[in-house]
Amino acid sequence: MTDLTNLTVAQIRDGHRAGDFSAVEVAEAFNANVADAKALNAFIVETPEHAIEAAKAADADRAAGTLKPLSGVPIGMKDLFCTKGVQTTAASHMLEGFVPRYESTVSQKLWDAGAGMLGKLNLDQFAMGSSNETSYFGNVISPWRRKDGGNAALAPGGSSGGSSAAIAARLCPAATGTDTGGSIRQPAAFTGITGIKPTYGRCSRWGIVAFASSLDQAGPMARDVRDCAIMLENMAGFDPKDATSLDLPVPRWEDALSSDLKGKTVGIPKEYRLDGIDPDIDAMWDAGIAMLKDAGADVVEVSLPHTRYALPAYYIIAPAEASSNLARYDGVRYGLRDLPQGAGLQEMYAATRAEGFGAEVKRRIMIGTYVLSAGFYDAYYTQAQKVRTLIARDFEAAFASCDVILAPTAPSAAFGLGEKAADPLAMYLNDVFAVPASLAGLPAMSVPAALNREGLPLGLQIIGKAFDEQGVLNAGLAIEERAGFTARAEKWW
Amino acid sequence: MSDYRIKGETGEWEVVIGLEVHAQVTSNAKLFSGAATAFGAEPNTQVSLVDAAMPGMLPVPNRECVRQAVRTGMAIEARINKWSRFDRKNYFYADLPQGYQISQLYHPLVGEGSLHIEADEKAGIAHGKMIGIERIHVEQDAGKLMHDQHPTMSFVDLNRSGVALMEIVSKPDMRSPAEAGAYLRKLRAILRYVGSCDGNMEEGSMRADVNVSVRRPGEPFGTRTETKNVNSVRFVMQAIEYEARRQVELIESGGAVVQETRLFNPDTGTTRTMRSKEDAHDYRYFPDPDLLPLELDDAFLDECRASLPELPDAKRARYEAAGISAYNAGVLTAEVESARWFDALLDAGAEPKAAANWVTSELFGALNRLGKDISDCPVTPAQAAELLGLVADGTISGSIAKQVFEIMLETGDAPAKIVEEKGLKQTSDTGAIEKVIGEVLAANADKVDQYRGGKEALFGFFVGQTMKAMQGKANPQVVNELLKKALG
Repeated sequence: MTDLTNLTVAQIRDGHRAGDFSAVEVAEAFNANVADAKALNAFIVETPEHAIEAAKAADADRAAGTLKPLSGVPIGMKDLFCTKGVQTTAASHMLEGFVPRYESTVSQKLWDAGAGMLGKLNLDQFAMGSSNETSYFGNVISPWRRKDGGNAALAPGGSSGGSSAAIAARLCPAATGTDTGGSIRQPAAFTGITGIKPTYGRCSRWGIVAFASSLDQAGPMARDVRDCAIMLENMAGFDPKDATSLDLPVPRWEDALSSDLKGKTVGIPKEYRLDGIDPDIDAMWDAGIAMLKDAGADVVEVSLPHTRYALPAYYIIAPAEASSNLARYDGVRYGLRDLPQGAGLQEMYAATRAEGFGAEVKRRIMIGTYVLSAGFYDAYYTQAQKVRTLIARDFEAAFASCDVILAPTAPSAAFGLGEKAADPLAMYLNDVFAVPASLAGLPAMSVPAALNREGLPLGLQIIGKAFDEQGVLNAGLAIEERAGFTARAEKWW
Repeated sequence: MSDYRIKGETGEWEVVIGLEVHAQVTSNAKLFSGAATAFGAEPNTQVSLVDAAMPGMLPVPNRECVRQAVRTGMAIEARINKWSRFDRKNYFYADLPQGYQISQLYHPLVGEGSLHIEADEKAGIAHGKMIGIERIHVEQDAGKLMHDQHPTMSFVDLNRSGVALMEIVSKPDMRSPAEAGAYLRKLRAILRYVGSCDGNMEEGSMRADVNVSVRRPGEPFGTRTETKNVNSVRFVMQAIEYEARRQVELIESGGAVVQETRLFNPDTGTTRTMRSKEDAHDYRYFPDPDLLPLELDDAFLDECRASLPELPDAKRARYEAAGISAYNAGVLTAEVESARWFDALLDAGAEPKAAANWVTSELFGALNRLGKDISDCPVTPAQAAELLGLVADGTISGSIAKQVFEIMLETGDAPAKIVEEKGLKQTSDTGAIEKVIGEVLAANADKVDQYRGGKEALFGFFVGQTMKAMQGKANPQVVNELLKKALG
């Protein structure tokens, strides 16, 4: 029998439906891989029993002829989604031991669709980071290694690094991610998998621990484009509990997948050609352009003139919102409380927050508090909002002459753990290509396209018009079919 | 212009007052969550996951709260902003689970409006005095700390956390404690007419932050202080008076007023420093990214406008036009329940002027005596109209009407039935009346002589005697005429 953990979501779904294997067999196979992969530190909590329960229900549904869209598919859940009865930490000490009495809308939709949960996936603390090194529960280690023979531990990307590592290592066929400024796309690129951030508002934010509300958006991470479409269909949808939720029907993305791009135009943003960038990145980008032409698309150059201001604007807006969103972690009602002997309320706040938040979270809370302060607000926050508007207009103008935009996902392949941890600015630069689409709320996807000279995966990013996930998925599929990316990390763990 | 002045040692000072009134919006659910809002519930029984600021919880605006604030704005003829936005006001406190209050700083729901306060000569309030209103915005209330539950810990009750408030900000247009009191009473009346706030200051549904400064008449504004959370009209007036005197004494003794937040002590009628400007929070207001801007369409605004009741000023003008005295019109419109009751009385056919006199004297007097509100009045407007009708058509006299009303209050019976059963119908039977007059004059021959001798004041005596002999049931008009004839 084939190794069930090598199957994609679509293959598991279809094989289970056809009776090739039972859902319990699938869940057991993935549970075994999870149990065998402690060295990757991809999970904060493992929930094999949840996966088995869902699998039993899936097998019963098959017998009864009442199969659901994700029956028999076990997945990983980023530990930013609140899960009823299962510890939810956002990878912080602050929420260690916190067990929600409610289920996030997105995870509930997935369970309702028949999926099972293998566990809660590690991430950067409060989703703040690009390498997974800010997790209170230790960094995730990428299953990938450079082919130089050295055994340097590499970053799986972040913040959805547990999700990316787990999928790349076949610990789960798909997982949820969240993307605030690249947190789905960059880790997908670093680990040779696929991930899509849909249009802002497609997936409900209700029950997801908030980082930056105007940017946070959930999306799927999986091995291929089809699996992303299947997962997204079961995550998206209007939610009256989220005031920013899009009140639109959920398209049948999987049914409409097509890699025929005749009549489509692909824009290549000239401002994304950075001086001194890794030549492997440029080569991959050029290869991607050729692939889309081969799929029938026309290619035009487009201009996104305010790109260079995107990263500074992002690092004002996101911390500003975070500084306020994270004020609720005060030690009063739940989570960590540090009450020194004889301390009053203010001392309790200070002690709890000093103890509960990691360095990167504190850095962003301080940046955010500073940019919102009286006297600085206009110079920073107001200015950043103006930049955000200009960036959105850049995209609108560009989309007047193209249907999707093609660019690299990240400026480099995965770096070694610790290599950038001491230099926050170098770390922030990782998101230079990802952040503009986040600021504009646009759907964007990363698809594995090549290996660099070190043997590490590189991802191409496709950015689409608002609500046009289909255009993004289709262009992604055209690349996927042509790139023939079949490389996978060799098991060392 | 008010001529209210604080007389200091160095001369006279004018007081400048602005009020920020927090009015709890009448709504079954909170501003951004579905939790209930009933007063007096057990602590922490009306708290949703949103109100407790659990991780991942999101606010969703309650349309009814927005509607009530818009209707309130319309009632003070204010500009309604079709585009407004919620902002976060950030600060840490144990009664504020989110660590921020959702409010509206930059783009409030309601813009400038104004309110007409009642003239009061005795209190020095001139006719036609208008108080400007700067804005009304909508915001969340905080929870409540309880310090008396445990020897070393404070408890938090989140029932109020997230309850919708309107903050109604006046311009610094008031010049005396009396004007501030009149403003509060008028505002409260309008809120209650509109139904957007029950105006109950004891339960905390309405409270005021009082801004006070003093200046020499005609000079620019002085430095103001803000006294927080004063919860009755009387206390607001006391706080202003105390604070104005304190500031005058401070300035006259060579000091300067510091811009600060103060607390009012209702037991002593004094204020004290709560925090100074230096300790003021930097609230780091910014647009709440969990919420989209609030956009109101014309259909919504039309519905709000159409649902407004007749407001106190319009009602009062209508009453006066119907011949009711200005004083009575003021009394009848001061409370929405009285006005509604009176309107029902008019609808049942009562003559306005007589009805107004009867309600303000007889009815209010009776209710006062019984310790009842108009809302639990034992007599219905229809019954009262019937009673007034019996007087108007001469079936009973005014004094009999009083007897009938007493019986109505006790039994709840219809007046016509009471008159019938007790035989209280007044008589205009000239034969019967003439007979009684004959007896009265015969029994008082000496007084008749005096009357005829020029002591005309005795006429009332003969009327009284006749009425008494007829147990009040004679038509007074007829008695008068026949007496005049008999005394010729």
